[in-house]
Amino acid sequence: MSDPAARANPLGDRPHPFPHRDLVSIYGLQPWEITGLLDEAEQWVEVNRGRTKHDERLRGLTLINAFFENSTRTLLSFEIAGKRLGADVVNMAVAQSSVKKGETLIDTAMTLNAMRADVIVIRHESSGAVQLIADKVDCPVLNAGDGRHEHPTQALLDALTIRRRKGRIEGLTVAICGDVLHSRVARSNILCLTALGAEVRVVAPPTLLPPAIEAMGVTPFTDFDEGIAGADVVMMLRLQRERMAGGFVPSPREYHMLHGLTPERLARAAPDALVMHPGPMNRGIEIASSVADDLQRSAITEQVEMGVAVRMACLDVLTRGRRGIEGW
Amino acid sequence: MTNAPLAILNARLIDPVAGSETRGGILLKDGAIAATGLFDLPADARTIDARGAVVAPGLIDVGVFAIDLPAFAAGGITRAALMPDQSPPLDEVALVQRAAAAGKPDLWVHPIAAATRGLAGAELAEIGLMRSGGAVAVATGRRRIADAGTMQRLLAYAGALGLPVIAHAEDEGLAGAAVATAGETATRLGLASAPAITEALAVARDLMLAEETGARLHFRQITTARALDLIRAARKRGLAVTCGISPAHLLLSDTAVTGFRTFARLSPPLRDERDRLACLAAVADGTIDMLCSAHDPQGPEAKRLPFADAEPGMAGAETLLTLSLNLVRDGHVSLPRLLALLSTAPATLIGLDPGSLAIGAPADLVLFDPDAPWVIRAEAMAAKAGNTPFDGLPVQGKVRHTIKGGTIVL
Repeated sequence: MSDPAARANPLGDRPHPFPHRDLVSIYGLQPWEITGLLDEAEQWVEVNRGRTKHDERLRGLTLINAFFENSTRTLLSFEIAGKRLGADVVNMAVAQSSVKKGETLIDTAMTLNAMRADVIVIRHESSGAVQLIADKVDCPVLNAGDGRHEHPTQALLDALTIRRRKGRIEGLTVAICGDVLHSRVARSNILCLTALGAEVRVVAPPTLLPPAIEAMGVTPFTDFDEGIAGADVVMMLRLQRERMAGGFVPSPREYHMLHGLTPERLARAAPDALVMHPGPMNRGIEIASSVADDLQRSAITEQVEMGVAVRMACLDVLTRGRRGIEGW
Repeated sequence: MTNAPLAILNARLIDPVAGSETRGGILLKDGAIAATGLFDLPADARTIDARGAVVAPGLIDVGVFAIDLPAFAAGGITRAALMPDQSPPLDEVALVQRAAAAGKPDLWVHPIAAATRGLAGAELAEIGLMRSGGAVAVATGRRRIADAGTMQRLLAYAGALGLPVIAHAEDEGLAGAAVATAGETATRLGLASAPAITEALAVARDLMLAEETGARLHFRQITTARALDLIRAARKRGLAVTCGISPAHLLLSDTAVTGFRTFARLSPPLRDERDRLACLAAVADGTIDMLCSAHDPQGPEAKRLPFADAEPGMAGAETLLTLSLNLVRDGHVSLPRLLALLSTAPATLIGLDPGSLAIGAPADLVLFDPDAPWVIRAEAMAAKAGNTPFDGLPVQGKVRHTIKGGTIVL
């Protein structure tokens, strides 16, 4: 857990400009920058729940969603966020097979640059690919997930969900459970939640625990029951079966038995523990349907809702400099 | 080109074979060393004033992946043993003969034969014929031979021919698709990683097979404490095993890949600090026998990619000596010992006369100023491609002249 003094905003309660051009990772963000983004997102939650969901602040700007890896939910979330802010949104769904080589990736970045995009959202199957593109273009770049590296807006929307449901993040015990090895969501969440003062545990079979994960300030567990004991938040991860050539777990059936979140297992967590999942879910594997659909415990649909608000906040904040807002 | 004698005056003459350092001049005539110390200057001799810089035998670089004459000249390298991983692989005698002729007269290339056809790890290549064509050793290439039976036959066969076997030490099953050493950095960056024991596992098997067959075994690059311990133990049992390392693995740890720096993507991958320190100790205590550049220049097409998609390898030839001099400044080895690691030991491995400054020895020399400051700049490198993890590093020690067969090539 980080020192509370280190988490304090040096400017006190005054908002201050976000000093980063891009949002490629949670790594490198100060705690007050994270809470600043969450505060910005709060207002968009209210707007999105109202009748008029439109704002014109990004009018005239072009947002390109360049997704080199298949995604429906995240793409849709960014598309809605961009449109609600009045941007011209272009989705570039690149079939994975056609852009395999990085030289094409850099060519693509230069093409996007030449088309004068004002903000680019990128998802890619390779860790580091988004940074590579960000270094080549002149406009802000948002990472919508790169390989196993990071997925910063997912961590922000998770933090916002927790903060709204629990009223705080500092001092909570959060168990991140499942396929941590292959998960960019886990990495971003570890960085985000520890920065905000939560105690984070990671719970996974030993084959799905990344080496030296404790160096990131978390406590690893291989026994699920032990790992979620007393946890305030149980965050499940999708078992990424497509990345598992070589057999990381013997079978989905065994995985569910040992590492699936069932109502009985959830009873070991805090009585009011929140259940989260970044989706899409493998029902009956990492999570039982009865838990996923329990509206009292599960915040899964709320996470999706917060996703749009967080992405609106990030698009707004990252384009303020281009929009000529003073001090940004 | 002229056949006039060449005299280098006012030099520090370091002979790693004799382990000696003297001051004076050296006279080169007809491609050989004609005199050292004080001698009568022939009337037609050209002279170089070394101004106190070091003259030593030219460096011999075992296990380069490209014939890159400007880079070798810039690095003081006068002979290079070429890995069989070429296109096509050096698995036939004609290819070996062609490679052997490729660098002359400025550089002598000593080809290393592919152990198996196409380096596929299955059928033995025509090793005996390739030896006749000039191959000085046999190598498994960038990967090891997975099948223990094939490796055992290779060691037995090459051993009988008197050829050392140069092995790549990485267990392919454990390594999988890894691009980094398992640890905090790889985990933070989300890079597929393999534990450092992947090297020791491979070393353990090959040492056992070498013990069975009596073959001479050389590991081109050993980078972990556990593998070094296995080699020390094998030596005590009397095995003819040697190993090398590149300066990059002695000077950098896995944190150098932070920021997805593809220039620091090497094979074997950079290890953690504990292993790095173990390697430094192994150079000092003699467990590591030689230094090599692992020269493997990769153009921007291969490096300007997401980390996992980029090719491993670095342009190391022209910084080999410069970076190695850190070992002297940090007190790990003496300067004559360093030069032995860079010339005598590699020469012995591939069956050449150890480079010395004795009268009559070939006039293959390097003249370098061990204190000259400069900054490594990737874009200014002489190599085919300037991919180096040391880009921008201020260093000390620069090669001023490289002399091959009595002729100045730099």
